[in-house]
Amino acid sequence: MNLTYIILIPLIPLLVFLLLGIFNQKIKPKISGYIGVLGLTISATLSFYTAYKYFFQIGKVGGVYQTLTTKTTWMNFTDTLSIDMGILIDPISVMMLCVVSMVSLMVHIYSRGYMKGDDGYTKFFAFLGLFSFSMFGLVLATNLFQIYIFWELVGVSSYLLIGYYYTKPSAVSAAKKAFIVTRFADLGFLIGILIVGYYTGTYDFETLNNSAGSAILNWAATSFMGLSTLTWALILIFIGGAGKSAMFPLHIWLPDAMEGPTPVSALIHAATMVVAGVYLVARLFPMYYFIEDGYALNIVAFVGAFSSLFAAIIAITQTDIKRVLAFSTMSQLGYMMLALGVSGYEGHEGLGYMASMFHLFTHAMFKALLFLGAGSVIHAVHSNLISDMGNLRKYMPVTNITFLIAALAIAGIPPLAGFWSKDEILVAAFEHNKLIYLVGVFVAGLTAFYIFRLYFGIFWGRETKYKHVPSESPLSMTFPLIVLALLSIVGGFIPFSEFVTPDRTGFEAHLNYPLATVAVGVGLIGILLAWVFYKKENRLSDRFANGFGSLYKWSYDKFYFDEIYLFVTKKILFKCVSAPAAWFDRHVVDGTMNLIGNTTVNTSKKIKGLQSGKVQDYAFAFISGVVIIAIVFIYLWTN
Amino acid sequence: MITGVSIYELLTVTSILFFIGVYGFMTRKNLISILISIELILNASVINFVVINKYLYPDMLQGVIFSLFIIAVAAAETALAVSIIINLYRQISSVEVKDTEIMKY
Repeated sequence: MNLTYIILIPLIPLLVFLLLGIFNQKIKPKISGYIGVLGLTISATLSFYTAYKYFFQIGKVGGVYQTLTTKTTWMNFTDTLSIDMGILIDPISVMMLCVVSMVSLMVHIYSRGYMKGDDGYTKFFAFLGLFSFSMFGLVLATNLFQIYIFWELVGVSSYLLIGYYYTKPSAVSAAKKAFIVTRFADLGFLIGILIVGYYTGTYDFETLNNSAGSAILNWAATSFMGLSTLTWALILIFIGGAGKSAMFPLHIWLPDAMEGPTPVSALIHAATMVVAGVYLVARLFPMYYFIEDGYALNIVAFVGAFSSLFAAIIAITQTDIKRVLAFSTMSQLGYMMLALGVSGYEGHEGLGYMASMFHLFTHAMFKALLFLGAGSVIHAVHSNLISDMGNLRKYMPVTNITFLIAALAIAGIPPLAGFWSKDEILVAAFEHNKLIYLVGVFVAGLTAFYIFRLYFGIFWGRETKYKHVPSESPLSMTFPLIVLALLSIVGGFIPFSEFVTPDRTGFEAHLNYPLATVAVGVGLIGILLAWVFYKKENRLSDRFANGFGSLYKWSYDKFYFDEIYLFVTKKILFKCVSAPAAWFDRHVVDGTMNLIGNTTVNTSKKIKGLQSGKVQDYAFAFISGVVIIAIVFIYLWTN
Repeated sequence: MITGVSIYELLTVTSILFFIGVYGFMTRKNLISILISIELILNASVINFVVINKYLYPDMLQGVIFSLFIIAVAAAETALAVSIIINLYRQISSVEVKDTEIMKY
């Protein structure tokens, strides 16, 4: 397979970014929108062509999907340790290419309507291009270092887009928060990379993931504080992934990131960038699985399970519709992580891995749809709060239907996409760890409840007095909604287990009827509860909330995690570390420099009278010098 | 070669002339006087050239010719200095050294 054309997939969005970025003021907004959409259409077409070619034309060789790479050495350190740049094609990267290009294309089309009339229209599309480029690069990376480079690039584009409304202080601080928190997590990632490089002598994914690679297993025996060094490295790499994927306790940036424009939330903070952490763990899955019997993988599972539960509980009480969706995203990402964590390697054992990737795929579709639907509502109502909405189904029929489809999909109602992937995750969890399974089922119920609380709150409920009568969004916004709704319906029928498994052989997944019934039942209970509470305006939900008392308050305030972080940073770090450091800098470092400078100035002030400007003084000095030298020489001579 | 006069006596005369010039250069307050003092110094050195040529290398002429050069250069230098002084006078209406102190620093 000729891989060279694949490089166009990331390069075209880069070209769009450069074009729109450099000629920002000269391009008419309308044209810049078309350029963005055109670029992504080409990328998407190439991605789907690649997927078709990879899965159906090349297919399996010897029963296994091959890893195809092409790369050039960029920097060479030792014989084996080098940093390469290249393209890696395997089932998950092809799958991610399709997801990213599809969602990105839809978001580009949607943004043409949503951002209409905005001052920074061209800039917005330029940033979207930059993001798409970095995300494609991340997906196609052949080694840890390349993935790290693009990892930071998506972080930068996320920063730029969260802070897009840079005149709003809240957006600016949200952008900074997202950047700093993920950057802090990336420190762990970087240390992990360096440890891997030091002990295994390679960054290459193919070598690292070679389960027969004895070198890696040998090094796994080197221990440090009770665990092997490579386990530490994997845990550190997971910290990086957890930062990007908003896992507990590094999740605090994601809700604030909702300050960005809604299409950005749909693209970056729901469908693509935040799954980079999941993708990273999946990319290194053989390493996670084989080194020390998957010790690091268990951590992934428990962190994922806890995050999904934690976020789902918070999502129930939030009143800002985008924040509900943000916590929902975090919860679903936790689902993906826990699925990876409970996965095995060979054949049917790899169900969790496959389920995780499947859920990544379906979640990208329906969560992007939910966000875009929410954006459509916000566009019409000009508010983010549920309390400002109600009964919108009369005004916005298309948004209503598509949002309902997405809500049903995320609640796991068959035959929509979410049902299939969630069922696989629960089966994998059930086979591996009953506790995680129970958490998963409970979260499924919570998910159904909060998403339908949102749905009923927006589209049903009480009649709200609107200042302007809301109306359906333009076609450029409803078209992506419809496309994504269709994908959310049919997405679940893709036989994912044939294509994406850890050992690449593929297997046939069967529906586990008892478990599926339980999951659907729990989901239906959640929907029913939401129906009772929120379909019509009543006091029931308030009474219920009061019944929970302080728990409700805690959940509403997100368990005070922002406050804890603020306490740690402001009270402890700033006061005990930064303030003394600042004092030291101001008084000792600056003091030394000031002392040197002031001494020079004072000395020169004192002696500048010597430069009198009178020629005679100079001549006198000169002659005195001559005389003195003459005397000295005469003295030396005569002796 | 002057009979009855040794080279030491002549060199003593030029040294005295030289130091008179130096003294004048140091102590005069008027730029023109300073210029005249410089001329004295130059003349002392010119005489030195001639004397040393005559007494030490009587069959050569380099010293004498060199002294002619020095006279020519001194003339040019004096013309330059006088023109500077005239310009200065136009600016500050004075040729006193103390009035030119603004050029310091």
